[in-house]
Amino acid sequence: MLEKVLKSVEKLDKKITTLEKKAAGETEELVNAAYESDEILEDIKEEYEAWEYHGTEIDRLKQLRDYLLQDCTKLTPDEKVFLARHPKRPHIDDFIEGLFTDFFEQKGDHLFDEDRSIYGGIARFHGIPVTVLGHRKGHTMEESMAYNFGMPCPEGYRKALRLMNQAEKFRRPIITFIDTPGAYPGLEAEEHGQGEAIATNLAKMSQFHVPIIAVVTGEGNSGGALAIGVANRILMLENAVYSILSPEGFASILWKDADRHKEACELMKLTADDLLKAGVADGVVREPLGGAQRDYKEVFKNLDEALYANLKELMTLSPSGCKSERQMKYRKIG
Amino acid sequence: MGTFLDSLSFPARVRKDLGEVFLKKDKEPVFIQCKACNRRALKQDWQKNYYVCPVCGHYRAIGAYYRLSLILDKGTFKELNEGMEPKDPMSFPEYRDKLKVQTEKTGLPEAAVTATGKVGGHKVVAIVLDSRFFMGSMSSTVGEKVTRAVEYATEKKLPLIIFSASGGARMQEGIYSLMQMAKTAAAIEEFNAAGGLYISFLTHPTTGGVTASFASLGDITLAEPGALIGFAGPRVIEQTIHKKLPKGFQRSEYLEAHGFVDKIVPRSEMRDTLIQLIELHT
Repeated sequence: MLEKVLKSVEKLDKKITTLEKKAAGETEELVNAAYESDEILEDIKEEYEAWEYHGTEIDRLKQLRDYLLQDCTKLTPDEKVFLARHPKRPHIDDFIEGLFTDFFEQKGDHLFDEDRSIYGGIARFHGIPVTVLGHRKGHTMEESMAYNFGMPCPEGYRKALRLMNQAEKFRRPIITFIDTPGAYPGLEAEEHGQGEAIATNLAKMSQFHVPIIAVVTGEGNSGGALAIGVANRILMLENAVYSILSPEGFASILWKDADRHKEACELMKLTADDLLKAGVADGVVREPLGGAQRDYKEVFKNLDEALYANLKELMTLSPSGCKSERQMKYRKIG
Repeated sequence: MGTFLDSLSFPARVRKDLGEVFLKKDKEPVFIQCKACNRRALKQDWQKNYYVCPVCGHYRAIGAYYRLSLILDKGTFKELNEGMEPKDPMSFPEYRDKLKVQTEKTGLPEAAVTATGKVGGHKVVAIVLDSRFFMGSMSSTVGEKVTRAVEYATEKKLPLIIFSASGGARMQEGIYSLMQMAKTAAAIEEFNAAGGLYISFLTHPTTGGVTASFASLGDITLAEPGALIGFAGPRVIEQTIHKKLPKGFQRSEYLEAHGFVDKIVPRSEMRDTLIQLIELHT
């Protein structure tokens, strides 16, 4: 149902934008024309009528869109999972472009391989040099395949650790973006020590003296998410989810039936609000009605505010205070 | 034990889940059936062999207290945080009932037993995960017990030995289970920074969140023969890559060959190996 609603909303959004552009263009012409000559007053009158027509049409469409969007005011956990995985949702590339400047990408673990499912480097955030990294998903099938659908191998986690070690060395805050179905369950991934790579990241991240902020932007599943998520602050986009396993995996372990994933969503307490209550998430970043894919700018604005406020607060801590604050966050759970 | 005649007086009582065969009236099983080769052998032969199948050499799962009795000097065992019970942080349906069944089966309140004791005269902290309780899965209580024991070892400057056995996360505790990975890994790293010796002993099966946290962080990593060790389960991997996995994949020997295990140690040599390692560090 939500899928249908969103498709209609998307169509309406497109139509409204086109009409708005058209109307704006015509108004501009209108004004220009007024300066040029009184002789074409008749033409202007016609165009003005056209603009008025578009105006009403836009209003009508907006009303229809808002009516449809009412369906999105109270989403079920299962619908949030759908939104969290929406292919048009902003991904790490978009966030880096929208929130950071002077980005310099760093590639490879410098041990064995370059894992493109982890993307990161050095950039400025409000002028402050930071290390930024996260899971990478694509918007198209080709991109998704190149990034292995955001499922890292040990090399990806080791690349993340390399970048974070440098952040610690140069005293740069670390900002990570979490959006992964989980660590890649593959033959080579196991042979190269998936467990060891994740474990090492957890251990080392607990020791860093620089502020770490993790943002769950889409789906954060299992140790594959946590491996770049041991942070002082965990922010979650409103429709992001964070859990022990994908709902499908959860259902298949618990009931040997992956098709019962909707039921699993209800039990898993995986929404941003659930995690805020559990004390795992520290803040929820609002999304436009209907999901982040509808308006990147609004998401960037909200996230930018939240990130900056948290970062400013963390930068007042001493290095050892920053480390112990992070350790305490996890020490308290369970 | 009954007389020879008694042993002929069938029908016997069989506990299929444990593979234990009782003769009439006996409280203790007389025969134990191997889960790998299905052959039955006398319990006393199993015992002599540290519960490694006398017929085929398969490693039978052993309880946490029994394992501790195999490595600790007599009379030195002292349990830490005894009796800590699982919580139900997500109010998960039927979870409490399931826990009850596990406790009835094993006599344990949770999957982890933590203790201090001496190994060859050296005081240590030992943690054992019991695969018979909920597959040794990581609950918040397991994570808490492990963390407290590691912190105790850090504070008292004692060597740390952890016998891991786990099917991974405790699904019923969701995100609380996941966060135990970060908590335990941080505790180990603090122990590390303080210069402590951590021997990680991997037993069948060590998978999921336990592999991806404290089990993989040892200074020395030992493994029991034939144990399944990995992050993702073999079934999930096969479904993902649509290929059959090579023989012996994710077994101790495979991990040793791929550079993740220092040594494979048979149960009979477990205690002597630990003593050797601790003495090399004193």
